[in-house]
Amino acid sequence: MTHRPLVHKTAMPGLGLSAGITIAMLSIVVLLPIGALLLKGANFGLSNILEVVTRERVAASLYLSFKLALLAALFNLIFGVLLAWVLVRYRFPGKRFLDAAVDLPFALPTAVAGIALTALYAPNGAFGSVAQEIGWKIAYTQMGIFIALVFVGLPFVTRTVQPVIEEIDREVEEASATLGASRLYTLRHVILPMLMPAALTGFALALARAVGEYGSVIFIAGNIPLRTEIAPLLIVIQLEEFNYDAAAAIGIAMLVISFVMLLAINLIQIVSRRRMGHV
Amino acid sequence: MSDATLHTRRHAFRAATEEAPLLRITLIGIAVAGLAILVFAPLAVVFAEALREGWLAAVESLGNQDARSAIWLTLLITAIAVPANAAFGIAAAWFITKFDFRGKAFLITLIDLPFSVSPVVAGLCIVLLFGANSAIGGWLVANGWPIVFAIPGIVLATIFVTFPFVARELIPVMIEQGRAEEEAALTLGASGWRTFWTVTLPNIRWALLYGTLLCTARAMGEFGAVAVVSGKIRGQTATMPITIEMLYNEYLSVAAFSMAALLTALALVTLLLKTLLELRHADQLAAIRRH
Amino acid sequence: MFKSKSSRIGASLSAIALALAAAVPVHAETLLNVSYDPTRELYRDVNAAFTEKWAAEGHDAPTIETSHGGSGAQARAVIDGLSAQVVTLALASDIDKIADAGKLPADWQSRLPHNSSPYTSTIVFLVREGNPKGINDWGDLVKEGVEVITPNPKTSGGARWNYLAAWAWAEKNGQDPKEFVGQLYTHVPVLDTGARGSTTTFAQRGIGDVLLAWENEAYLALEEIGEDQFDIVVPSVSVLAEPPVAVVEGNITSDAQRELATAYLDFLYSPEGQALAFKHYYRAWDTSAAAPEDVARFPKLDLVSIEEFGGWKKVQPEHFGDGGIFDQIYTAK
Repeated sequence: MTHRPLVHKTAMPGLGLSAGITIAMLSIVVLLPIGALLLKGANFGLSNILEVVTRERVAASLYLSFKLALLAALFNLIFGVLLAWVLVRYRFPGKRFLDAAVDLPFALPTAVAGIALTALYAPNGAFGSVAQEIGWKIAYTQMGIFIALVFVGLPFVTRTVQPVIEEIDREVEEASATLGASRLYTLRHVILPMLMPAALTGFALALARAVGEYGSVIFIAGNIPLRTEIAPLLIVIQLEEFNYDAAAAIGIAMLVISFVMLLAINLIQIVSRRRMGHV
Repeated sequence: MSDATLHTRRHAFRAATEEAPLLRITLIGIAVAGLAILVFAPLAVVFAEALREGWLAAVESLGNQDARSAIWLTLLITAIAVPANAAFGIAAAWFITKFDFRGKAFLITLIDLPFSVSPVVAGLCIVLLFGANSAIGGWLVANGWPIVFAIPGIVLATIFVTFPFVARELIPVMIEQGRAEEEAALTLGASGWRTFWTVTLPNIRWALLYGTLLCTARAMGEFGAVAVVSGKIRGQTATMPITIEMLYNEYLSVAAFSMAALLTALALVTLLLKTLLELRHADQLAAIRRH
Repeated sequence: MFKSKSSRIGASLSAIALALAAAVPVHAETLLNVSYDPTRELYRDVNAAFTEKWAAEGHDAPTIETSHGGSGAQARAVIDGLSAQVVTLALASDIDKIADAGKLPADWQSRLPHNSSPYTSTIVFLVREGNPKGINDWGDLVKEGVEVITPNPKTSGGARWNYLAAWAWAEKNGQDPKEFVGQLYTHVPVLDTGARGSTTTFAQRGIGDVLLAWENEAYLALEEIGEDQFDIVVPSVSVLAEPPVAVVEGNITSDAQRELATAYLDFLYSPEGQALAFKHYYRAWDTSAAAPEDVARFPKLDLVSIEEFGGWKKVQPEHFGDGGIFDQIYTAK
């Protein structure tokens, strides 16, 4: 990665146009509004931001939001890869139906999803009543938040991994088998590494989406301070109090943590891809 | 698991690239059960609630002026946000996969950023930038172009939350495909546009279609960010998700869930469309994969 | 590809422009009333009745829009540029915030009768049919095994009244109010963000033994969800909630609009408007045109007004502000 003029490195056309559209839209839609938020934070001052973020309730809610988002994304990582594998490789009745259903969490408005999930998992709901039989409480506990976050992040991993599985050359698997590797060995040491970059992308997206989720979570969360209060709710609470500065402070804290996590995942990906060479 | 391994070994010749039947059935079982609990059950609740008082009540609740204007508004906003994001997605994917430059991971992360911004914060950002108390917003309002609490603000919020969808679908696919085919076409004298149309686009069209459909579904359903910038005025700035919330809060749960069911149905149609296209072009798809 | 996309964007943009142009009225005046959550049903009737009356007086029939949401969020929207000509919110402190932003005069509350509150309400208990836990007054809420449903005072205006009513009862009954309220919130398993959310949690999800609710919300829940499932219990002490109304001077664009906005609020005080408020379970002032049964349903109880707490300007920061008493309840262990 030496610093040389880009035009010399490649004969590809469209550098100006594609870079121009990318940068322009990124600026107008994303960077300017977020810049306004950061400006608000800058006026508020770093020490004030830190003071807000380290308050017991704020710190607890940030911890809760990131912890549950991470758990939900991990669940989605495993379930998503499994689902992608099943949907690409196996043939069974109703497969197409299942394939289409993976996207439904995107299609349901988050507030509707929240209401529907709460109706299901509340103690008098279809699943909640069963859970109560065995002594579990799901709605209005951290479990409920976890389920809502799994729901909103469900499609990401499956959808990023699926095309990669479709692209895998069967000859690679055959070669591995011919060389005496068991099927599980091939899956673990040949297939899985090929899926990792895409799976990580999906994981990152599911994680990012879960951290910021508000609409579906507030219905099922219970919203009890220190126990089931998520960070986005605290932002809304600060806004209710006309406290834009504190709202911006919590928003910035979430933004910075998410950004660092996403950046780390993207770096891991680029490094692992480079190590494997261009697939 | 060890049983399954043994089993596979025994049939290594026949099933070198397949899992043992038992493992396969278990995996399918987990997939079906997982989706049933996580996805189908909430969906069933929506439709059951919508139809609690019969089809007639459900359909009737969608016929009034406010409901119609909400549906129209949501479609209008989707019709603006989705093409904008598709154009951005193609440009960004081309830029990122066809050129080498420093800070690529950083740029990709910036594109992902809207996902990690809570929709509520996204709304807040737009209000901070374009609200009546900001410099830009004050000037725009004074000139009769309000952004916040008007349609442009809702469009902006929608583009914001759906921003990464298309780009995110295209980038991995274009990375997998590499640059060799485009380079060959260019060497043979094709123009940039022609290369894009005849080489790149056919390769990425499924990912593009998928990203666009996803973007459409998400754009129609966005609530959090839109709620902050909409003003929630019936018949003017109330989108379908906002209207659903308003109806639900008015104890009109049949009307609320009917609209939710309609919204879901609209998304289902786009998903069905994608499945149909896949079926119809299965041969071509297979050909692309085989090359 | 890019080209066709951009022309589609262009077409869409001009569609927006058309839509915006179409939204600007040509003849009849429009009025936007920004209100809070529980007034949906009331203003649906008021808007219809007022429109008819205004047209009958020889004006063009106006278009009246109403927007509902949490009282604080609605006030913020007006401050950030939502062009409401009339606000009808839950708390005077929310309208004070709009006045602070310079959109209406600081003395707005003295411009209309009864502190600019055309109707009032109070906080009552909604319990399950037959009152199985025997809840009759505030003291019963902290009994072993009782679960209380109330929204979050941070996000809901109504929840602040719930909190203050409990506080007032403790003061009048010789208890340490802070300790009593603190104890009360340990009995709360779910803090919804708004009054309607709490009603749903209590009524539809079956959580909790008692819902602290606006009186009008409690009656509405009986009517909408089922009289045979719940009972209303009136405590010995409660608060006098005065939801105020005001014309937002800063958003008035013409004399005709000011005339309309003023007439709209005056209508709320007219015998007709007052009758509608009674009909929707609000305690209004003028009973002359109201149906007798609408008036008779309200039991008498000891009502404490916000002035006895020292007014919203004192109560808001002390109890509900950042680090205020409500925050201390949860963080000080």
